[in-house]
Amino acid sequence: MSNELLKIKNLSTSFRIGDEYYAAVDDVTLTLNKNEVLGIVGESGSGKSALAFSIMRLHTRAKIEGEILLNNQNIVKMSTSKLNKIRGDEMAMIFQDPLTALNPLMPIGRQIEENLFLHNKKLGQQGRKKRTIELLNLVGIPRPERVYEQFPHELSGGMRQRIIIAIAIANDPELLIADEPTTALDVTIQAQILDLVRELKEKIHAGIILITHDLGVVAEMADRVAVMYAGQIVEIAPVDKLFANPLHPYTRSLLNSVPAEGQDRLHVIQGVVPTLKNLPRTGCRFAERIPWIDASHHEEHPELHEVESGHFVRCTCYEHFYFPDNKEEQANGVS
Amino acid sequence: MAFLEVQDLQVYFPIKGGIFNRTVDHIKAVDGVSFEMEQGKTYGLVGESGSGKSTTGRAIIGLEDITSGKILFDGKDITDKKTKNKAFRKDVQMIFQDPYSSLNPRKRVLDIVAEPLRNFEKLSKQEERKRVQELLDIVNVSPDSIFKYPHEFSGGQRQRIGVARAIALKPKLIIADEPVSALDVSVQAQVLNFLKEIQSELNLTYLFISHDLGIVKHMCDNISIMYKGRYVEQGSTADIFENPQHIYTKRLIAAIPDIDPKNREKQFHNRQKVLEEYTQSYNDFFDQDGLAFQLKSISDTHRVALPQKG
Repeated sequence: MSNELLKIKNLSTSFRIGDEYYAAVDDVTLTLNKNEVLGIVGESGSGKSALAFSIMRLHTRAKIEGEILLNNQNIVKMSTSKLNKIRGDEMAMIFQDPLTALNPLMPIGRQIEENLFLHNKKLGQQGRKKRTIELLNLVGIPRPERVYEQFPHELSGGMRQRIIIAIAIANDPELLIADEPTTALDVTIQAQILDLVRELKEKIHAGIILITHDLGVVAEMADRVAVMYAGQIVEIAPVDKLFANPLHPYTRSLLNSVPAEGQDRLHVIQGVVPTLKNLPRTGCRFAERIPWIDASHHEEHPELHEVESGHFVRCTCYEHFYFPDNKEEQANGVS
Repeated sequence: MAFLEVQDLQVYFPIKGGIFNRTVDHIKAVDGVSFEMEQGKTYGLVGESGSGKSTTGRAIIGLEDITSGKILFDGKDITDKKTKNKAFRKDVQMIFQDPYSSLNPRKRVLDIVAEPLRNFEKLSKQEERKRVQELLDIVNVSPDSIFKYPHEFSGGQRQRIGVARAIALKPKLIIADEPVSALDVSVQAQVLNFLKEIQSELNLTYLFISHDLGIVKHMCDNISIMYKGRYVEQGSTADIFENPQHIYTKRLIAAIPDIDPKNREKQFHNRQKVLEEYTQSYNDFFDQDGLAFQLKSISDTHRVALPQKG
């Protein structure tokens, strides 16, 4: 138990459309241990970012139900002043777009110092500057003294993303949420940032939630992976098990739609991700996208089943799933 | 005779400055690029942002002014804007990156897809509608939706409407500028499959511009790697992936995340090794300005910007 950093119990985040609330995150239960990287994968509209924003309590108008326990403090019920204390300190977030997440009118140094100032009043001006330079060094910025005085527009995208990481880790957070940290970046820069996050994990021993739609990134970074579809977790497993033995139809379809060796046609998932308003709220949410699977194979109220230790799958339809265009593939398993 | 031939293409953008706003310098977006394309094949153009890959594509179709160089299409010189005649504009089409901004939000799908038809072919209203419906059928968008507006479609559907517009005139060459980078993996798969299908049906040639090596490997017969406006390596897909020669190509390939978590450590070390090699031999592979050298043939298909020795 002592190793548990974050515990999410039956979390639902709903947004109002018209007069009704619709859950974008629907009954999610998760735990994150210290020093662990949990990858969350899904397409746009699957609710993965809504989940991250809920943990940080960054939604302004959403209805959040359930519990989010960070070191046994419930974030959902927390007062704003308490929240401001722990945001940026115990938990921090790396945002997706390095071009918009920084203040264009403030020098880099001050943006990092701001976070130090707010959470560590004891540190004097000198101490803050020293720590800022230290952080810039840590995230691999060349000539930190110079960058300290520069403005965001003078830096490249990769450098800006490093600044955002420096701000996030300024106060040695225990929980770090990275929302698509490399999506806006080139591959070589992406590789550098991922290597940086991996090094940092060793240094600051934080629990990291890595949100991405890139299965390759997850395979390289995560210890455990949760796959989200339409607001629910459909499969959660240790990373090697998930890639070696993906079970849920959605996970298998996703893996199959990535170009791989010797594959001429890519698998296409039928239909589209349902919009928030049109989510099927009863039965298996993925059912309408695999219509060739007999309806009787789906559960009425799909639950997460533990298939082997630590490997959970929602609904029973995975037992009967095959790809319609290629039945041989079913025998050979997913490539 | 090559289908499309680009000779020493240069596209410079002026930097204005000084009191009279004179041109003080140039940004060399594309700095001496040459290649040939055969009909019915897919050519990949890979590079990071700012490498000039999009500018190359845009220069061929005529969206950027060419500073110098020559472009021959079907044997005809079409370098100058004036020589880009009707036939050329019909034969070469473009698919844009962002399906959200490349369709006019105030036009109906019918008008969007019919626009090229209206420019080049005189069709009656009924014929036009029939053609548009056929095209939408090819790209798997419901033909009933011709009176809808772009916002009523998802990203993948919009991108396919963009494709329908591009193939409306049965072009010979399509320049696809990052056609799937704004899309989710499953939708991406749909668009890629579809591009392959219509390629064999219509004998299309693609110039496929992308930063995603995985997709380029899947789609292309030939790949060129671009860095700071110049080609660093050019070859068949096998040449580039199995026998990369230039240090920059090696680095790009090493940066692709491996989908198998078992290879994680190996991949990490490999990347470190390549990065070390890159920093060490950077000065050998690039000149003082950080630009690549001239391409040299090392086999029939494979050309690399190797260091000039001696």
